[in-house]
Amino acid sequence: MAEPKTKYDRQLRIWGEQGQTALEKASICLLNCGPTGSETLKNLVLGGVGSITVIDGSKVELGDLGNNFMVDESSVGKSKAKCVCQFLQELNDAVKAKFIEEYPEALIETNPSFFSQFTLVVATQLVEDSMVKLDRICREANVILVLARSYGLTGLVRISLKEHTVIESKPEHFLDDLRLNNPWPELRGLAETIDLDVTDPVAHKHMPYVLILVKMAEEWSKSHDGKLPSTREEKKEFKEHIKARMTALDEDNYKEAIEASFKVFAPRGISSDLQQLIGDRFVEVDSSSSDFWVMVAALKEFIENEGGGEAPLEGSIPDMTSSTEHYVSLQKLYQAKAEADFLVIEQRVRTILKRIGRDPNSISKTTIKSFCKNARKLKVCRYRLVEDEFNSPVLPELQKCLTDEDYSVAGGFYILLRAVDRFAANYNSFPGQFDGVMDEDISRLKTTAVGLLNDLGCNGVTLTEDLINEMCRFGAAELHAVAAFIGGIASQEVIKLITRQFVPLSGTFIFNGIDHKSQLLSL
Amino acid sequence: MAAEPTAQESRSRDLDKLLLRPGNLVGPNFEPGPALRDDLKEYGRVLVVGAGGLGCELLKDLALSGFRKLEVIDMDRIEVSNLNRQFLFRLEDVGKPKAEVAAKRVMERVSGVNIVPHFCRIEDKELEFYSKFSIIALGLDSIEARSYINSVACSFLEYDSDDSALEETSKPMVDGGTEGFQGHARVIVPGVTPCFECTIWLFPPQVKFPLCTLAETPRTAAHCIEYAHLIKWDEVHSGKAFDPDDPEHMKWVYNEATKRAELFGIPGVTYSLTQGVVKNIIPAIASTNAIISAACVLETLKIASGCSKTLSNYLTYNGAEGLHTEVTEFVKDKDCLVCGPGVLIQLDTSITLEKFIDLLKEHPKLLLSKASITHRGKSLYMQAPPVLEEMTRSNLSIPLFDLIGKIPKDVVHAIGTTTKNDKKTSCLRKLRVVFKGVDGIADMDTAGET
Ligand SMILES: [Zn+2]
Repeated sequence: MAEPKTKYDRQLRIWGEQGQTALEKASICLLNCGPTGSETLKNLVLGGVGSITVIDGSKVELGDLGNNFMVDESSVGKSKAKCVCQFLQELNDAVKAKFIEEYPEALIETNPSFFSQFTLVVATQLVEDSMVKLDRICREANVILVLARSYGLTGLVRISLKEHTVIESKPEHFLDDLRLNNPWPELRGLAETIDLDVTDPVAHKHMPYVLILVKMAEEWSKSHDGKLPSTREEKKEFKEHIKARMTALDEDNYKEAIEASFKVFAPRGISSDLQQLIGDRFVEVDSSSSDFWVMVAALKEFIENEGGGEAPLEGSIPDMTSSTEHYVSLQKLYQAKAEADFLVIEQRVRTILKRIGRDPNSISKTTIKSFCKNARKLKVCRYRLVEDEFNSPVLPELQKCLTDEDYSVAGGFYILLRAVDRFAANYNSFPGQFDGVMDEDISRLKTTAVGLLNDLGCNGVTLTEDLINEMCRFGAAELHAVAAFIGGIASQEVIKLITRQFVPLSGTFIFNGIDHKSQLLSL
Repeated sequence: MAAEPTAQESRSRDLDKLLLRPGNLVGPNFEPGPALRDDLKEYGRVLVVGAGGLGCELLKDLALSGFRKLEVIDMDRIEVSNLNRQFLFRLEDVGKPKAEVAAKRVMERVSGVNIVPHFCRIEDKELEFYSKFSIIALGLDSIEARSYINSVACSFLEYDSDDSALEETSKPMVDGGTEGFQGHARVIVPGVTPCFECTIWLFPPQVKFPLCTLAETPRTAAHCIEYAHLIKWDEVHSGKAFDPDDPEHMKWVYNEATKRAELFGIPGVTYSLTQGVVKNIIPAIASTNAIISAACVLETLKIASGCSKTLSNYLTYNGAEGLHTEVTEFVKDKDCLVCGPGVLIQLDTSITLEKFIDLLKEHPKLLLSKASITHRGKSLYMQAPPVLEEMTRSNLSIPLFDLIGKIPKDVVHAIGTTTKNDKKTSCLRKLRVVFKGVDGIADMDTAGET
């Protein structure tokens, strides 16, 4: 059946068959299906996740019709989980949709093992106490947790899991891996065979810049004790040399060479990020290590041995002005080197697996190949326990945000989102939830927030009266547009986590719906 | 008599908190109360332009944000590849007009909301159609369409004699756009914020491959595909136009591209890539559309009600590497041809409408051909449809001065075509005409006028 492929065409172009398969295998649990939860799932059901389980103990009220698209007139009085689940199912019959009519808080208290069956739990509109408890359960069971909350014109999204490793981080801007500052013998060999002073003007203007630069860097280093240009004057001079080789003004290849000459000057070896990664304590692998860390251990050995300080070659080159022959032969040369590097790493992976008592073939060739291709772009994200963040946030970061001119509103909302939960624990309703007690609620919320700031050790920081008033005005309202925004972000993060592509957000995203100066807090 | 439902039981339970309660961090004209909520229902008329990925979301979000009177315009029909994000459509809707199905689905779900669909091109509607909306929400994927709607909205902006914009005549727009995990949402208040044209440099035209690369030195799969699509097709099919929506045509291009790639030893030509290159497909997912549309509708609600400050004026969202949002306050181009006071044109009272239309073709700032002219909503000359052309043809020989009621200085609108990046596009221009030697208006040697 060709339908799914066409239906998912626009997203397959982003995360490919592999990403789609991961989505189709995932089982997602949603806690609370107000608009924030419903909108999160809507985006995931459309994308074709394997299964969803909607958990909510409430019945649909008239008020829900005003902010939730997944209920209608006929739903009033019925189980919200059931109604939302039915409407979600309509969006994509390939998804298995289930519901359980129960309050998430009760499930968290009475049946913690329930959550271990899921790939990922999206918990919406939970208060602090439940978030902390659920987080402990999910961490223990190795289930990914995404917390999302909409509250008036603010809200938050936060991810929690021990560690998330990404091979295909797919950064938008990343320096290509051409090794112009450190060409391997075959590349040097190819450069030697070409004549930069070829008299045929067509051949001259179709010499790819990679070969021009390798050749000229070689010439330079011969006359400079084997060194490449490093001072500003030397770099300038090098560029002048390139310019001098031009025979006509319209030679794009030479213009590209001048523009790309910084790649010759770039320091050799690996980036500080990669340095840090291979220095991670998880590199000391044992039988309990994940495939990712086994491959990083092999990568470390490669860099220190065969790589001569470099990571395996990526093996692809960007398009550049060139004759077809030169381009294709360059392409083959880069591919061959990448393949050779891969074979070395593969061998090392197999040896390590054997050493730690695992099946040497338990990591597939395809995975190792992809790992090698992305070796310079590997990412590791780690998340603190919610409880740890709540009890001891990174103070300098919090202080900085609370006093920043542009982002203090978002910082203030972070404190107030926690303060309203304390408020609710004390007074059994959220500030401003009901009409008529506004003034009292405002002063109570203020006291609660001051108490919280003191407990956290943020002395000397005050929240503005305006912001506290605003938080009371919100009265825990779940506005559809805000819920769609927060739910949209939550679903996007879920996709990144499940496909293991792209980089999920780190820290806590605090939405500022007043002027959109939202903030990411690493606490 | 049944008791009035309390706030907790009402359909607008959540929205009421924002619309009925006073606040300090709000817009300058915020007047909280039930009247505001009711006015939004009654008078908040929003036009959604585009019923695709963004448009579906915009309609849903608006319907659940207190708006009751919505209209949507889109010329496209539903395709299978829309279904991964355009959540108002089902498989059995494929082939039906997007605007009609989207309107129907939202009305079925949200009671009390009325949505009028328009299954046509945006250029098919007269200026008057656009003037009745309080806000226009744009969910488009083309620069040309954005540019056109922007010029329409800006045409309603009037200026006083000191060239200060009259804010009460400004027609606000919210505009969203997405690509993959990224997007933008912006607020355009003509006369106050920059308009789309003021910051057109934010949308650089797509770079095309040089034809000589395609013909002589292909290096990538895309080069082979474009060769088959742009060069080989015309060579083989004399005169027959290539249709990207015809699968047979696409197959042909794919086969030719494959042959060429084999000839040159170039890897990577696939059917999917062929479609992507030929149709310039922009990858799109539900979540990004949801985020960007939600931001647009939140701003729409704030503009219409004043219930909070508004975005000033451009939000970028990037979810590919972590999560980055940024607000940029772009500034207005005071010489903007579109949102400025209009291009000043000095005329003799004797100049006929026909002569005037010719003049617009030559005018260096305009280069507007085939212009239709309107004055204060009244058509002076229409190039199309034929029946209107015939009705207005007799005006061509009459002096413009007489046609606009012998006013020495006034604004007329011209809609015609102009060439941008080798592409003919519809465009609307506001023109300030001044007649020489009338009523004490001396020959104005305005500085900077050409
Ligand atoms: Zn402008």
